[in-house]
Amino acid sequence: MKEIAIVQGFENNLDSRNRKGIIWHVLFQASTIVGIIALIALMLNVIDSAFGYVAYEARMDPDSLTVDGIPVEDQSKDQLVALLQSTLSSGAYNKLDNETLFVDRSREEVFQLVVERIIRPKIVQVWKFWPSLTRSDEIRATVTREYPKAELDFVSWLTYDFVTRPQTSEPLTAGVRTAVLGSLWTILFTILLAFPLGVGAAIYLEEYASENWFNRIIQTNINNLAGVPSIVYGILGLAIFVRALERFTSGKMFGIVNLTSENGRTVLSAGLTLGLLVLPIIIINAQEAIRAVPRSLRNASFGVGATKWQTVWSHMLPNALPGILTGTILAISRAIGETAPLVVVGASTAISFDPSSPFSKFTTLPIQIYQWTSRPQEEFRSLAAASILVLLVLLLSLNASAVLLRNRFSRRF
Amino acid sequence: MALNNNFDQKYIIETRNLDIYYGSFKAVAGVNMRVERNAITAIIGPSGCGKSTLLRAFNRMNELYADTSIEGEVTFSGQDIYARDVDPVEVRYRIGMVFQKPNPFPKSIYENIAWTARIHGYKGNMDELVENSLRQAALWDEVKDKLKQSGLSLSGGQQQRLCIARALSIKPEVILMDEPASALDPIATLKIEELMQDLKQNYTIVIVTHNMQQAARASDYTAMMMLTNGESRSGTVIEFDETNIIFTRPKDKRTEDYVTGRFG
Repeated sequence: MKEIAIVQGFENNLDSRNRKGIIWHVLFQASTIVGIIALIALMLNVIDSAFGYVAYEARMDPDSLTVDGIPVEDQSKDQLVALLQSTLSSGAYNKLDNETLFVDRSREEVFQLVVERIIRPKIVQVWKFWPSLTRSDEIRATVTREYPKAELDFVSWLTYDFVTRPQTSEPLTAGVRTAVLGSLWTILFTILLAFPLGVGAAIYLEEYASENWFNRIIQTNINNLAGVPSIVYGILGLAIFVRALERFTSGKMFGIVNLTSENGRTVLSAGLTLGLLVLPIIIINAQEAIRAVPRSLRNASFGVGATKWQTVWSHMLPNALPGILTGTILAISRAIGETAPLVVVGASTAISFDPSSPFSKFTTLPIQIYQWTSRPQEEFRSLAAASILVLLVLLLSLNASAVLLRNRFSRRF
Repeated sequence: MALNNNFDQKYIIETRNLDIYYGSFKAVAGVNMRVERNAITAIIGPSGCGKSTLLRAFNRMNELYADTSIEGEVTFSGQDIYARDVDPVEVRYRIGMVFQKPNPFPKSIYENIAWTARIHGYKGNMDELVENSLRQAALWDEVKDKLKQSGLSLSGGQQQRLCIARALSIKPEVILMDEPASALDPIATLKIEELMQDLKQNYTIVIVTHNMQQAARASDYTAMMMLTNGESRSGTVIEFDETNIIFTRPKDKRTEDYVTGRFG
């Protein structure tokens, strides 16, 4: 086998050529592995913070609230309301009653208020997931020694309640509902602005624009805009949507008077700013998708006497749609994780009421995470980790729905 | 201006001193040819001599390629199809085209024809039109039970006949065929050739082919194209005559070399 005749002038170097191939193969594999390791490290780090032991003390002993031998957990709603009325200042009580009438609140909600306002558990120390698993005896010993009155619980910071509760300043009762809703509202307006504009611009540039210096400049600029730092878009959004179009983004133009949002720092401004941010991404991807529609299909359509619009609408768009949606998925992923431009546009760091219209003040998940990680207390970092998991799930479910949509459209005959 | 149809004219497409440019490059130069009504005209010649470019100039498909332009004149029933007031969409409606690679729409067999008819405002009985078009393209018996299936599920030869049916559905007067059988096996090729003979009764056909036997078998007239030897290296029609003359006693030595396989 080795005795292959060597033609004069050629060198039998198959071995060295194969060796070179193997080296590159290993290098490519290594880069993939580095990526996977980074991803695993990220997930482990987040999970490590999101679960673990928590030691907390009640500021008021729940046993002291027992009435007629009924512990506070088992009391009826009326008893709990009475308890609130007697313990809180009348101002604080009336404020709660004004937010939502006590008659309309469920027993669970009232009990939650009792915990938050009267018992007020206070975290004394938190442990991460890994130490909680491996050194639980040691942790128990520490707690009994240093915080004799404290209770020790293994908690998951990510719970159903965490997702459905509004933001509060107490780590044990804080939730991300406000931020999740804020993110969803913002993304809604981002898509509403960027998808039609982006696809429209892509169709124009690919199908209608003639090849001249003006259109080349536009094309170059779109490519460059995709790389502009997001903070710059934040400043743009501040200047245009928050300031110049304030009457529009605050809802004044539509006769909506909302004292909390009259400065234009609303969901709408944020959505439009992120829309501008992802517009170039959508345009570029849609252009690629349109360009990838085979020439033969264009020929077929024009060849039977279709007009340009009939060709675009019936053939180019349906066939480019899967690619366009892929670009949109990328854009949504980018937008939902953006923090910097929203800080500039004026996302609130601490609001506890849900956004309810385009003209609401808002916060978003990344802002919430940023705010919690910048707190010195360990427990807020755990909250941030749980929020990161919520953000990842939100992102994955948005992407999954876009992928489903794409697969529906790419179902070719 | 709508193109009228003057049936008195013997020649349905005529070119006068037609030059076709890609940018500043003159790809086809000085073509004068006449396509006779209800005949099959073949365009033959070596690769890269501008056969497809010339064919596309007959229904303004070349305009879809960037930076093309023409000089000279192409007339359809005596009217200049490149005149300012002629809509290329109408030209392509009257002069249909079948391409080298079968390109049915990624829709059902039925919809391939129905869409084509609908965009031209067809309001009649669609089922009837689909059936007639498929029958004319000798495809009906093979697909009548699977009209809802994708056009892309057919074999290559069937796809090409579907494309012909699609072209026929809007009743063009001329059908341009750009190497319609080059991607098909001999049996499918034969079917296409038989089909062309049937269609000749009602349509005028211009076909570009690499296959010498096909031109000899199927066509009535043949145009021989070749690159000129000048500096520009443009393609041009060096001889245009009845097919049997081109293949038996051509006037040009280069034609003789080419059709007898002694070219080069």
